[in-house]
Amino acid sequence: MAYTEEELKKELETKEYEYGFYTDIESETFPNGLNEEIVIAISKKKGEPEWMTLWRLEAFKYWKEMEEPEWANVHYQKPDFQAISYYSAPKKADPNKTLDDVDPELLEMYKKLGISVDEQKKLQNVAVDIVMDSVSVATTFKKTLAEKGIIFCSISEAIKEHPELVKKYIGSVVPKRDNFYAALNSAVFSDGSFCYIPKGVRCPMELSTYFRINQAGTGQFERTLVIADEDSYVSYLEGCTAPSRDENQLHAAVVELVALDGAEIKYSTVQNWFPGNKEGKGGVFNFVTKRALCEKNAKVSWTQVETGSAVTWKYPSCILKGDNSIGEFYSIAVTNNYQQADTGTKMVHIGKNTKSTIISKGISAGKSQNSYRGLVQVNSRADGARNFSQCDSLLMGNECGAHTFPYIEAKNKSAMIEHEATTSKIGEDQIFYCNQRGIDTEKAIALIVNGFSKEVLNKLPMEFAVEAQKLLEISLEGSVG
Amino acid sequence: MLKIKDLHANVDDKEILKGINLEVKAGEVHAIMGPNGSGKSTLASVIAGNEHFEVTQGSIELSGEDLEEVSPEERAHKGVFLSFQYPVEIPGVSVTNFMKTAINESRKAKGLEDMPAKDMLKLIREKSELLEIDRKFLSRSLNEGFSGGEKKRNEIFQMAMLEPKVAILDETDSGLDIDALRIVASGVNKLKSKDNAVILITHYQRLLEYIVPDFVHVLHNGKIVKSGGKELALELEEKGYDWLKQETAV
Repeated sequence: MAYTEEELKKELETKEYEYGFYTDIESETFPNGLNEEIVIAISKKKGEPEWMTLWRLEAFKYWKEMEEPEWANVHYQKPDFQAISYYSAPKKADPNKTLDDVDPELLEMYKKLGISVDEQKKLQNVAVDIVMDSVSVATTFKKTLAEKGIIFCSISEAIKEHPELVKKYIGSVVPKRDNFYAALNSAVFSDGSFCYIPKGVRCPMELSTYFRINQAGTGQFERTLVIADEDSYVSYLEGCTAPSRDENQLHAAVVELVALDGAEIKYSTVQNWFPGNKEGKGGVFNFVTKRALCEKNAKVSWTQVETGSAVTWKYPSCILKGDNSIGEFYSIAVTNNYQQADTGTKMVHIGKNTKSTIISKGISAGKSQNSYRGLVQVNSRADGARNFSQCDSLLMGNECGAHTFPYIEAKNKSAMIEHEATTSKIGEDQIFYCNQRGIDTEKAIALIVNGFSKEVLNKLPMEFAVEAQKLLEISLEGSVG
Repeated sequence: MLKIKDLHANVDDKEILKGINLEVKAGEVHAIMGPNGSGKSTLASVIAGNEHFEVTQGSIELSGEDLEEVSPEERAHKGVFLSFQYPVEIPGVSVTNFMKTAINESRKAKGLEDMPAKDMLKLIREKSELLEIDRKFLSRSLNEGFSGGEKKRNEIFQMAMLEPKVAILDETDSGLDIDALRIVASGVNKLKSKDNAVILITHYQRLLEYIVPDFVHVLHNGKIVKSGGKELALELEEKGYDWLKQETAV
């Protein structure tokens, strides 16, 4: 039957989380709580050198003195940091892993997620590094990449095999004491991905990491470090899911990107952590610090499709340090039911003739709250800096909220900063128009949402764009009738 | 093909249609005329299944099937098409993508596979030529920034693509200049066949010079007060509606 406001609301509330299953894999979990011993134990468990252990301990020291930030437009019961286990490794992980060594049950799980490793390997020309709970499980395509001098491995492996690179760059973009969650991550990060592209090399394939929280009562703290040396290029994809659980799970990641002179990094994320059920119970707290440093003539593009998590706190940023460097941020954030998202970006213009573009699309449904928070900062020496920001909000129903908090700080008179914002609502007349052409309400919403998000979807690599579109549909629709 | 019996419909508890009787057979063109507020657009919406309107009495049958419990999209699948008076904008969705979705949804409802891309392209080429539509137009967002004439031409393009059994053209002539009107009318004439029917809703006789109706009905105050052949339209043009209002008031 034709769409009414009331029906749309009901429909949006009925879609359950599709990835809500739990794969039973034996895993080894540390006792709950956090103190110096636990930090040392994590470091030891991973066989890290002393400098890394000390680095973690210093971060822990900072963290103890910090307080959880409260400025974001989100409301939740703060996690009890002593009630979380900070390390959980699938027991069967092997440091000398190849695909054949991967637990078949794990592979089965990836298949359920539609991202089977071997399928990707064969079909998609994507090299994958998978972090499930805390330990990196499989890395494919390593050899192909090695021939070009590209290093793509887990961060634990990089700490051991490439200490000079890690030592030089880890914490150089997001310092240990940057913020509460970054400090926590620095102390306890379990694993994550590391990538280095040598001078002048164009990475021949998309590199991809898949994160997943599997174990109950554990936090996931992955650490990603991508270094693109001079005049190199890499496109990096990151996907995440978590099974549905009643309790809130904590995810506090740090991603650091270093784009040296003339380098280009594209970093795309599809985030689908469990958003909580329709009563707002459970779901992931996603507190993430992502930042890129751009040297001369470098370019970094962040593209994100955020549909998951109960609470999101995330601002992928660019420090445009070098002259002529470019920062871009393309974002789609969808919230439904009781989800809350406070997300956006920071563009810090330091070098001359630096440019930044921000395109943010927020879609709110149910009783959710969706906030864009962005900072465009032009330093006094950043002659000729330019920024263009566009923030569009789409509302579905009458009980959700969309908020925009743009901050602009310009200390240089030559700066050109433009900001555009719109708010719209899916109308009954749009739905009826689609219905009349034979398109049912569910499909009509998907079509309208995809149209609204198009500018951002277009920025995603092809395979990812298809997945992201599917995800938008899943997040916003229920089975009709 | 389309049989409307004693149709009454309300919007917000106000009765707009007060007993419409109309039978449209395959191969026929009917024109529905009448002053503003007589219920013309409501009739079109009700036939298409817009639930903003509540049918309180009477029935609509398509090829013998009662449409009461049939959703708007299912009515579309069964061959009902409405060319909107005010087509809505859908930003970011191209005309091509929209048509592709519409055609494939209809096919899905009939248990058919998606139309192969090659056939789709061929169909689009054929129909856009019929309506003298520039190919660039098809990649633009649906109705966004379209002129009044472009919107109407796009509606008829969609009609051509979907090949409905019953097409209702609600004020398709409004907002069209004379050249656009000629193109649209010639498109509609080419799409006409012995197997489908067209209902033209219009204020003016102008459109009927190009698409010649078999029957003309005058709607006033929610009822059809007079029916006749194409000459009735001319008479209306000459005398206006007032004489009919007076006639029916007696």
